[in-house]
Amino acid sequence: MNLRRLLAISRKEVFQVLRDSRSLLIVLLMPLMLMTTLGYGVNLDTKHIRMFAFDREGSQASQDLLKRFESSEYFDLVDTVTDYRALATALDDGRCQLAIVIPYDFSARLHDGRPVYVQALVDGSDNNSAELAIGYAQGVLASYGAAVQADYLRKSHAPTVNPVLSVEGRTWFNEDLESKNFIVPGVAAIVMAVVGVLLTSLTVAREWERGTMEQLISTPVSSLEIIIGKLVPYFALGMFDTAACAAIAVWWFQVPFRGSLIALAVGSGIYLTAILGLGFWISVATKHQLAASQIGLVTAFLPSFLLSGFTFPIDQMPLGVQPFTYLVAARYYIVILKSVFLRGTGLSLLAGPLIALVIYAVLMVFLAKRSFHKSLA
Amino acid sequence: MMRSNGNSVEVENLVKRFGDFTAVDRISFQTRTGEVFGFLGPNGSGKSTTIRILCGLLHPTSGRATVAGYDVVQSPELIRRNIGYMSQKFSLYADLTVFENLRFYAGMYGVPAADLRGRIDGALEMAGLRGRESSPTGTLSGGWKQRLALGCAVLHRPPIVFLDEPTSGVDPLSRRLFWELIQRMSDDGVTIFVTTHYMDEAEYCNRLALMNSGKLIALGTPTELKLGSIQGSLMLLDCDRLGDAIELVRRFDGVRDAAVFGNALHLVVSDAGVAPAIRAALEADSISVASLHVIRPSLEDAFVALTTRHDANGASESSS
Repeated sequence: MNLRRLLAISRKEVFQVLRDSRSLLIVLLMPLMLMTTLGYGVNLDTKHIRMFAFDREGSQASQDLLKRFESSEYFDLVDTVTDYRALATALDDGRCQLAIVIPYDFSARLHDGRPVYVQALVDGSDNNSAELAIGYAQGVLASYGAAVQADYLRKSHAPTVNPVLSVEGRTWFNEDLESKNFIVPGVAAIVMAVVGVLLTSLTVAREWERGTMEQLISTPVSSLEIIIGKLVPYFALGMFDTAACAAIAVWWFQVPFRGSLIALAVGSGIYLTAILGLGFWISVATKHQLAASQIGLVTAFLPSFLLSGFTFPIDQMPLGVQPFTYLVAARYYIVILKSVFLRGTGLSLLAGPLIALVIYAVLMVFLAKRSFHKSLA
Repeated sequence: MMRSNGNSVEVENLVKRFGDFTAVDRISFQTRTGEVFGFLGPNGSGKSTTIRILCGLLHPTSGRATVAGYDVVQSPELIRRNIGYMSQKFSLYADLTVFENLRFYAGMYGVPAADLRGRIDGALEMAGLRGRESSPTGTLSGGWKQRLALGCAVLHRPPIVFLDEPTSGVDPLSRRLFWELIQRMSDDGVTIFVTTHYMDEAEYCNRLALMNSGKLIALGTPTELKLGSIQGSLMLLDCDRLGDAIELVRRFDGVRDAAVFGNALHLVVSDAGVAPAIRAALEADSISVASLHVIRPSLEDAFVALTTRHDANGASESSS
């Protein structure tokens, strides 16, 4: 390997990227775009469920119950209506996700100690949110029920009975259980997958299409010099994007950063090499820009998004799908990102995913080199 | 040591097949050091395929070829250090400047740092691009692009240069300038291997190889080809009513072939002695004959005669 030739290729590649406004735009805007769309858009929290109520009794007790809903951060009591039809249309129109109907004998039954049924109508088109809404509603009702019971016992001067067992929950790493803390660090993996594979997948294919490759391979330059020389500038761009993502995560989304910058840099560097290697392999193998960019998108973006544990936990995926996640480089990087940001894990504890990424990177560069022939046929 | 026998390119029974199609069919030839060796032939006759094999860009199906003494299959990398190659399509980076392209290729060819400035200056001088170093290459006109491409291909002073239709799509003045550059390099002892389908360019070559459907059908100096191509004599017939005249002479005994050439006819006759009889026959049909005399065949005549003869032989071969 000749260092001067390698640098000559890198320098040429830098000039070309700097003069290609589309590539430059991808590099500069992608972190911003994906960070904001995914950071704000992918929200797995179910808070502020829009709720309608039909209070058929209108008593002190029923109003107390509705107050409890209102004061919960999980519900927004949008409106109180006076008939069933209004509830039904509100659900149909999507103005509310949950409708509560308090029966006309609500306080009477409470008073007599008879069972009380509060009806909850839920928009089940998003099953996950619907289940959460029912769960939260049951929680509100249960705590109201307990309060009523305690009140009743106190009035009847019965000895107060405390529950025997209770859970004192304390959450570590993501104390407020905010999904943004879980999502935002992972966006860097998506950004790098898109930028890395999209840009590099074009670089070799473009030279074949324009005919410049025929001239290049007639010179003494070696295929490894071409691949590594082209990789260097894209590596720099990718690291720039990683830094941009981390900065946006910490300063804009207020995601805690508890680990070391070195761990982040090392993990990102290795992941980036793996991703760039994949992009090169695609580019070398297809020799056509259109095919390369499409294959790049399908093999890098979609799996990084769906199969990496970025949004959906891998251990909750169907068993048949789980083995495929091992083929996705982002899978290992997401573990590193979440550990570094939220847990503050150092390099030593990340050996597993780091080694996996090193193997991945070496394999990709090897495959790219093996598929790259200095010949036309 | 490398070219002990004075041949910079040696080709022996070279064959290249793409599937069922035979692009190069058992060709053999040698080029001598410092000559301008022309590869002449219609499109698809196997010229570019041969050049690409010699530059180590394609693997031959069978046969043997050496360039600068190195085997094209065994040591393509050694060949690449000793050749300059200009592909048919313009293949410099359009988004880089003139200077950047030159510096890039100087890097690829490993031009020593101490020589870099001088070599780049030399190439700029040669291409006539002094003062336009920072122009984007894509904005140059055809002639400049092509001279710059040549400049890039010879930055490392290779002893052999392969040029694949270097002047296609370039204006006549630029073509002439380009051939002056080629001539100058040849004078310096560089072997030039050039493909073309321009007859006037073929005249500049020291020796020509004529290719037709993958086969090498003739090899020699332009003069040798012109003289050897026509069996019999070539005559120019200047007369009126060309349409009637050609009908008449074609039926005439002793006339092998007749073709319209400008506003006259070219006749191939077995013996120039039939001329008075032809003239008489034409005048008997009241066609007035201005002149009928033997001429030296042009390269184009030779090219047409050789390829038609080859095609005809090929047809009879395959039908038998």
